[in-house]
Amino acid sequence: MSAKKTEKRPLFGRMRQALQRTGGALVRGISELFPGQRGLDALTLEEVETLLLSADVGVEATERLIAELKQTGGGRLREAEDVFAALRAGMLKILEPVSQPLLIPVREKPFVILMVGVNGAGKTTTIAKLARRFQNDNLRPMLAAGDTFRAAAVEQLQVWGERHQVPVVAQGTGADSASVVYDALQSATARHYDVLLADTAGRLHTQSNLMEELKKIRRVMGKLDPEAPHETMLVLDAGTGQNALAQAREFHAAVGISGITLTKLDGTAKGGIVLSIADKLGLPIRFIGVGEQPQDLRPFDAEEFIDALLAH
Amino acid sequence: MFENLSERLGASLKRLRGSGRLTEKNIQEALREVRMALLEADVALPVVRDFIEQVRERALGRDVMQSLSPGEEFVRVVRDELTHVMGDVGGELDLKVTPPAIFLMAGLQGSGKTTTVAKLARHLKEKHKKSVLVASCDVYRPAAMEQLETLAGEVGARCYRGEADATPVAIATAAVETARKRACDVVIIDTAGRLHVDDAMMSEIKVLHEAVHPVETLFVADSMAGQDAANVARAFGEALPLTGVILSKADGDARGGAALSIRQVTGKPIKFLGVGEKTDALEVFHPDRVASRILGMGDVLGFIEEAEHKLDRKQAQKLAQKIKKGKGFDLEDYRDQLRQVRSMGGVSSLLEKLPGGGQLPAAAQQQVGERELIRSEAIINSMTPLERRRPLIIKGSRKRRIAAGSGTQVQDVNRLLKQMMQMQKMMKRMKKRGGMGQLLAGLKGGGGPGMPF
Ligand SMILES: Nc1nc2c(ncn2[C@@H]2O[C@H](COP(=O)(O)OP(=O)(O)OP(=O)(O)O)[C@@H](O)[C@H]2O)c(=O)[nH]1
Ligand SMILES: Nc1nc2c(ncn2[C@@H]2O[C@H](COP(=O)(O)OP(=O)(O)OP(=O)(O)O)[C@@H](O)[C@H]2O)c(=O)[nH]1
Ligand SMILES: [Mg+2]
Ligand SMILES: [Mg+2]
Repeated sequence: MSAKKTEKRPLFGRMRQALQRTGGALVRGISELFPGQRGLDALTLEEVETLLLSADVGVEATERLIAELKQTGGGRLREAEDVFAALRAGMLKILEPVSQPLLIPVREKPFVILMVGVNGAGKTTTIAKLARRFQNDNLRPMLAAGDTFRAAAVEQLQVWGERHQVPVVAQGTGADSASVVYDALQSATARHYDVLLADTAGRLHTQSNLMEELKKIRRVMGKLDPEAPHETMLVLDAGTGQNALAQAREFHAAVGISGITLTKLDGTAKGGIVLSIADKLGLPIRFIGVGEQPQDLRPFDAEEFIDALLAH
Repeated sequence: MFENLSERLGASLKRLRGSGRLTEKNIQEALREVRMALLEADVALPVVRDFIEQVRERALGRDVMQSLSPGEEFVRVVRDELTHVMGDVGGELDLKVTPPAIFLMAGLQGSGKTTTVAKLARHLKEKHKKSVLVASCDVYRPAAMEQLETLAGEVGARCYRGEADATPVAIATAAVETARKRACDVVIIDTAGRLHVDDAMMSEIKVLHEAVHPVETLFVADSMAGQDAANVARAFGEALPLTGVILSKADGDARGGAALSIRQVTGKPIKFLGVGEKTDALEVFHPDRVASRILGMGDVLGFIEEAEHKLDRKQAQKLAQKIKKGKGFDLEDYRDQLRQVRSMGGVSSLLEKLPGGGQLPAAAQQQVGERELIRSEAIINSMTPLERRRPLIIKGSRKRRIAAGSGTQVQDVNRLLKQMMQMQKMMKRMKKRGGMGQLLAGLKGGGGPGMPF
């Protein structure tokens, strides 16, 4: 594909460089924010607030983190480093528990991953990334073209499948999504594939009929394997603001989300809303997407994520 | 969380009561609430700061209109200011050039560009009677070209398909050439999604722009976007001479503060909203509606004005009474409301203006077109007065009779009954929240018009 992606420094490459510049202890942005001996005065708090709000952390979570800073800090937070460390610790307390990798157990039948999310979040691309990842782990993936609605959604998945020699089960646009997924699971089971990745059409969580359709896909899978899907993955675009919380809540209520992938972290969006999602719903965060290519997927790492969020 | 700004302001505004003038002291707390409301709606922080300053200046020393409480006056100032900065009503597209008029789309990955191309093509065809050719310069995303080709087929636009190894510039120039030969009125050029920090991709689109000199360069952004929307819009605005903005995915429940950020940062008009995945889901941008949505209050004021013009007051008051009691809303009322709604441009345009209206059950939202209104009315007309008053008695044989009488199917009757029940539920909810009714009573000193459906 294009040369455009290779020329870019990936997100955490940028971050690491920033870290190196400041002697490894501090992200550049932070040290500029907290010069010298100023400690935790009102101005500093305002700067912390700005940092968090600008990262989509949201009013409520920001207020909480700052309240905590005030409490734990008090007189002890004299140096910028102390403020930063305390803030970081506060955030880590929220994100560490949800930082859970996706583990594929050895099992008789295929491990089924159902991808869900709003329109354009990156579901289909993330499937391509996951498929490649599984191949690298010597697992055999199969794909189900469950987006039977959007123009050329099936073709999009098929192109990815061809590029990486992954079979794609499809019926075409307009077919019943649940029946495509059912067929695919049947075929994956018969042919002993290790993982089935089921794509679905993007849908807004407010569209109740489409949320029903997702439930149906789940139900139908259950007929072949009562435990399927083994992972219901919500794909969130890091550029999304406070609405991501509503997305997580509604998708979780409808189909039970077991993992989140946060895409498009290669831009300048910070994805701070996952703090609220972690805090309120406790959903595991599995991966981050850092580009459009199959290799641009990394396991979610709470510390790395927080450092990138606090860098500017 | 608070349902809307009015609720949020509740406490601080109560304190304003009695004073006949807005002062630095009495608006301070209220301003803080507005700041929070805007941040919760995803307006970018620097934009929020500027806006709050503007409101402070506007509000200070302002005499409170007799008809309004100081709190209401303050809400009006905020809303008016927001509407003002959101710019004019959209919908304008520059077609006054020697054809073909060239449009170029730009935006982040997955923002809705390709879908919007199809929507614009359909809009130009249906509203402006233009012939449209579309072309995809997205040589990266798998099946991007197929996507556009399929959509073009759906909306009856020509689609120029470039060679497999053609560059974006080559595709675009060839598309324009083809349009010229075929005497197409408009060419819409779709582009690959790109990050604003991707230098190679940003220069690609700059070169593309220079090669085809579009008369419209449209930035497509996701209405669910957060704080970063301002950075992204700034970068696109600096790279390209944008002529307008289209906000996609406005059919969700995001408050859409990105609209304000983008508008402030680029200074370019917002022209359309994308309100669905289908090719007809494109709406002209209305600053007042979006402003109210950002504030989380529904277009209450605009709604009142419109309602005052068009509604039969007596009937509305009768209904307002019923809603307040949370019961007694029957199919007779429903029919009255259907008729009035029809005279006001359909349900959908009304619903979206109401707080919580966007979250109306899908079944209710589906019955929003003109045709559905007429059909619903026909169904109700075929009922006996008793049935209209007590819809619960409508069972199998009655349903069949009503369907036959109105030339519809039993499913249609079922749908109407279900919708009616949902309406009743929603009205009960509104009454509980005290939302609409209270607000109306408050704003108009009581006795205001009720809801027109
Ligand atoms: N920069 C960047 N772009 C991404 C990432 N993930 C996906 N994309 C791009 O985002 C766009 C949408 O991705 P898709 O995978 O088609 O999204 P989707 O959720 O399947 O979309 P629908 O099926 O239409 O709802 C494409 O242009 C992808 O290349 C990411 O991590 N970084
Ligand atoms: N609900 C809703 N979905 C929309 C709207 N506009 C676009 N979409 C959906 O959003 C997803 C992405 O739309 P695309 O048109 O493919 O976006 P794009 O900007 O061309 O994406 P890339 O080419 O990958 O950058 C698709 O699933 C569309 O159906 C809208 O107004 N409302
Ligand atoms: Mg997809
Ligand atoms: Mg596209």
